[in-house]
Amino acid sequence: MPDQLLFAMEVTLNGLMAGVLYALVALGFVLIFKASGIFNYAQGVMALFAALTLVGLQEGQIPFAHLINAILGTDLHHFGWHLTAIVAIVLTIGVMVLLAILVERIVLRHLVNQEPIILFMATIGLAYFLEGLGDLMWGSDIKKLDVGLPQGISETIDTATFNWFGYGFFIDKLDIFATVIAALLVIGLTLFSQYSKQGRALRAVADDHQAALSVGISLRFIWVLVWSIAGFVALVAGIMWGAKSGVQFSLSLIALKALPVLMLGGFTSIPGAIVGGLIIGVGEKLFEFAIGPMVGGATENWFAYVLALLFLVFRPQGLFGEKIIERV
Amino acid sequence: MLDASEGYTTADGRKIGGVLMEMQNITLRFGGVVAIKDISFDIREGEIRAIIGPNGAGKSSMLNVISGFYRPQEGAVIYKGRKRPAMKPYQVAQQGIARTFQNIALFEGMSVLDNVMTGRLTHMKSSLFSQALWWGKAEAEEIANRELVERVIDFLEIQHIRKTPVGRLPYGLKKRVELARALAAEPSLLLLDEPMAGMNVEEKEDMSRFILDVNDEFGTTIALIEHDMGVVMDLSDRVVVMDYGKKIGDGTPDEVRNNQDVIDAYLGVSHD
Ligand SMILES: Nc1ncnc2c1ncn2[C@@H]1O[C@H](COP(=O)(O)OP(=O)(O)OP(=O)(O)O)[C@@H](O)[C@H]1O
Ligand SMILES: [Mg+2]
Repeated sequence: MPDQLLFAMEVTLNGLMAGVLYALVALGFVLIFKASGIFNYAQGVMALFAALTLVGLQEGQIPFAHLINAILGTDLHHFGWHLTAIVAIVLTIGVMVLLAILVERIVLRHLVNQEPIILFMATIGLAYFLEGLGDLMWGSDIKKLDVGLPQGISETIDTATFNWFGYGFFIDKLDIFATVIAALLVIGLTLFSQYSKQGRALRAVADDHQAALSVGISLRFIWVLVWSIAGFVALVAGIMWGAKSGVQFSLSLIALKALPVLMLGGFTSIPGAIVGGLIIGVGEKLFEFAIGPMVGGATENWFAYVLALLFLVFRPQGLFGEKIIERV
Repeated sequence: MLDASEGYTTADGRKIGGVLMEMQNITLRFGGVVAIKDISFDIREGEIRAIIGPNGAGKSSMLNVISGFYRPQEGAVIYKGRKRPAMKPYQVAQQGIARTFQNIALFEGMSVLDNVMTGRLTHMKSSLFSQALWWGKAEAEEIANRELVERVIDFLEIQHIRKTPVGRLPYGLKKRVELARALAAEPSLLLLDEPMAGMNVEEKEDMSRFILDVNDEFGTTIALIEHDMGVVMDLSDRVVVMDYGKKIGDGTPDEVRNNQDVIDAYLGVSHD
């Protein structure tokens, strides 16, 4: 096989794996949007907050240490323990559920029946609040996230592909792992939503609030549930990105990559989020590979948005989104 | 007289039991509009109770009070002998009160089967965790519920559209699916807000038959709102008549038909 083609294949594979992570973030958006019609601007910050909390708990950091020290003149930093990854993850899930409950209690409950734009504004507020809270609780320095995920270039794939094609593919083990986890997550969520009692209730609420109430579904419970799931998805995305490039503010910006994914896949479709993520992941890598050198590179910064823009013009409901029918 | 506490026997020989639900001096206001003005009546076990009246009389409002969608400013709701505290609609549903809506509220994106399955939600006990951890029990529950739902679907003769997304169905069938979903809940009290509105004669006859069959075969207590006087007279055991938020008549169809206030209300105000 010609080298160029093999190289393109490698780029495609890497793109697929980047796409999986985009999809993961987009999934969090879709879940909340479907169930409550809220575009949750805070989804990216939730991933950051989850990752910060995970690292903080694992390292035994004392929450709000800076604040406490500033007020009391103490010099607290750590509890002096180290939690194993799995314990820290379970605790972080607990924190995200708590966050979901608080969001429902303090924000959503008071904004029932408000215009979507009001709810959107509320999530912007939530994003800034969470960002500040994360800083205050765990400090703003860049942190290393290590939950023992496989890292580095996969030797097996490198050797195997070298033996087959005479060209070794460089694939990060973390990417492979992330892909598997994301796939499991999607399968799990789909099974949950199709076959469980709560999943059916969730779809019902997404479809019609009034009808959902009449069959005995508590809207509040469902909201807490979707925000918890979205928090969980944010945690998974936070772990993957954090393991790759450290936990820092820029992690919350992955949400910006999720936007074009949503425009492609449609805001209400779980498969759409996946396929949209993969298309953008592969598209931007291949584009950079094929066209990048001709235009001076760095096309990855804007490719996704241009693609999304084209979609907005020609297929505004996205690949899998529900058809927009104007009722008159 | 009808208010003997032990119930009564209908003309066609069905036994009607004690009081299932009693509305006491209900008043409901929307700002300056008084939708319901100091109305009391009861619904007895096993009967078909109709609420009639001209447009805007407050019939739907009354149904919404019963099902918890509206909260009256005054009055009490006694259900199964107990005064009911202020409740959210989903809590009312969990108490065994199912309903349909005047303007149909279905899950348009879901199949007929899934829509009717949501009617079983109040009966599904297994929690989120037991479903995740102990799949077998949750599955058994799902199968049992599924069997009942299939029976409801057969009963209402909608087998042929089981898998169709509800959004694609014609109006008349949607009304029937909505009834199926309410029935799937095996309610103690079934509330129907104009189940025959907008239907053609044949569809109306079908729906009347279903309502009678439900009451007959399962003994379900039904409270329904209907505009068509003929239908009401055929279906119901007792009728409450409302006009401008007030109760102007209450009794058997014959009694109501000969009530001068009712005649005036129906002659004075156009109805369809
Ligand atoms: N949610 C609401 N907000 C404000 N006013 C309301 C509301 N619901 C009902 N009303 C008012 O209460 C009165 C009774 O309305 P309701 O819908 O109960 O009448 P109805 O007897 O069901 O009429 P129809 O036969 O047209 O269905 C009307 O004046 C209506 O405008
Ligand atoms: Mg009405």
